[in-house]
Amino acid sequence: MSAVPGSSADYGIAMTAQRNGATPPRAEVGGRWKDAAFAWLTRAFALLVFSILAAILISLILGSTLSLQKYGVSFMWRDDWDPVKEEFGALVPIYGTLMTSFIAMLVGVPVSFGIALFLTELSPAWLKRPLGTAIELLAAIPSIIYGMWGLFVFVPVFQSYIQPLLIGTLGKVPGVGHLFAGPPFGIGMLTAGLILSIMVIPFITAVMRDVFELVPPLLKESAYALGGTTWEVVWRVVLPYTKIGVIGGIMLGLGRALGETMAVTFVIGNAHRLSASLMQPGNSIASALANEFTEAVGDLYFSSLIELGLILFVITSIVLALSKLLLMGLARQEGTRT
Amino acid sequence: MSDISAANPLYRARKRRNVFMLAVSAAALAFGLFWLVWILATLLYEGGNALLRISLYFQMTPPPGADGGLANAIAGSLIMVGAGTLIGTPVGILAGTYLAEYGRAGWLASATRFLNDILLSAPSIVIGLFVYSVYVAQVGHFSGWAGSMALGLLVVPVVVRTTDDMLKLVPDSLREAAAALGCPQWTVIVRVTYRAARAGILTGILLAVARISGETAPLLFTSLNNQFWSLDMNQPMANLPVVIFQFAMSPYEDWHRLAWGGAALITLAVLALNIVARVLFRKTV
Repeated sequence: MSAVPGSSADYGIAMTAQRNGATPPRAEVGGRWKDAAFAWLTRAFALLVFSILAAILISLILGSTLSLQKYGVSFMWRDDWDPVKEEFGALVPIYGTLMTSFIAMLVGVPVSFGIALFLTELSPAWLKRPLGTAIELLAAIPSIIYGMWGLFVFVPVFQSYIQPLLIGTLGKVPGVGHLFAGPPFGIGMLTAGLILSIMVIPFITAVMRDVFELVPPLLKESAYALGGTTWEVVWRVVLPYTKIGVIGGIMLGLGRALGETMAVTFVIGNAHRLSASLMQPGNSIASALANEFTEAVGDLYFSSLIELGLILFVITSIVLALSKLLLMGLARQEGTRT
Repeated sequence: MSDISAANPLYRARKRRNVFMLAVSAAALAFGLFWLVWILATLLYEGGNALLRISLYFQMTPPPGADGGLANAIAGSLIMVGAGTLIGTPVGILAGTYLAEYGRAGWLASATRFLNDILLSAPSIVIGLFVYSVYVAQVGHFSGWAGSMALGLLVVPVVVRTTDDMLKLVPDSLREAAAALGCPQWTVIVRVTYRAARAGILTGILLAVARISGETAPLLFTSLNNQFWSLDMNQPMANLPVVIFQFAMSPYEDWHRLAWGGAALITLAVLALNIVARVLFRKTV
């Protein structure tokens, strides 16, 4: 990659050639000094961006020293959260964050796959752009709007029609019944997960569309020539060829879902309680922070909330880093094949 | 050889499966569009009336039960989004320039690109926590500057990414031609490649503005909120997202109406920005 034309080495040659000539004009001497200054300026800002993540990590660790010292690792599985007695544990919000994101993936991934399939293989060319843009606009809607719409519009509908239906059917199935037990509150982890699933659809769809477009037409045409149906070509050729990228896209969506704050805060119920049923109010890391941070009294309470933020930051960073590595892997593989 | 005719049961089963799966895929698309339409329709229905009332734009946020508007929140949002963009854009453009023009495939550029992509999707509430610990906790009060800093931090990764991508699209022959004329590298970048990539970089900035306009979580711990008209950046500052949050979570009917008005306003603005950015990008690149 170092031999990229136009890299600084090339300019070096151009400039040496000039320097070997007769006396350079004054402007050029000044230019060389400015040249170095500009290069260092951009490098300094790149270093700044490079260090932001580390700075965030350090500030969160410093902020949560108190609770780190008091609870150590046990903070992760303590399930009490009592600001009055000053006892804190992260189990309930961690469970809520993971569970709502899991529900979001369960619904969001197949839907995104369907949309990406439609947009790459089925849609007439003139419809591709408007439909694709419409799906992308789902990502543009601010998350607080999802939350507000969820609370005032989706929750009442969900509570009076869908939840009773789920309790009456899935709630009676042995094994999974307890997940759908209890009175229909409307709010709760299932509601939060479903709204999250709508929010991650545009992100996962965008990656899936991009990687599906990478499949060489020759490969698809060969499969069609062997008599494959569209579905068989997608399921047996396109998907295996792009599976790393597809997983990368899913991880990207997961990273988004884990950190989503406002949409979840409106509808999850904000109850520090561990309940077997997904229909009961729960809490997530991000919504606990949004609700309690500005009202927290006491150093330990404060420090515990910052440690929640730290946990969230570490989990999402790992998930996003994996996603990025997978997508980079796909790009490299692509580079060697063509 | 098997019998390839419509009567072959295997052939018919495969065909049925194909039609079924493609129908499911179309249904998935309909499912996605359904939510978009439902949310936008709700916003127009609930917030449309509020948007048309002139008092929304000229009166302050009221106490419960009184008549009022969102003037202070609109002004606060405009100021903080403006300041956040001004803080984040130069940082993003210069860092992006390093990635595309100087670093290219070096270790610093590769590592920065990787970390920047993580930052791009990092939870915005954590950015709020960060600004709270490094600024708000140090000066001891919430302020408009803190809010702008948090928003600026969200602008940076978007602008870095688009600047990097757009500069890389500029053909190297342009750079070589300018260098051959004796331009120092920085003149090549400022006068040639920036100009060639101008529309793309601007698109990135617009998308960043659209993103931060609706951000609520990072403002909760930084600018907080302010019931009154205040343009003092060293004081807590009202802003649309936090006002919407507070009003929507309240039990008061008239606050809900204002929240819907604010929600419709913010969504229309963000969608308009997105669409302008797309049109601009398509026209020139």
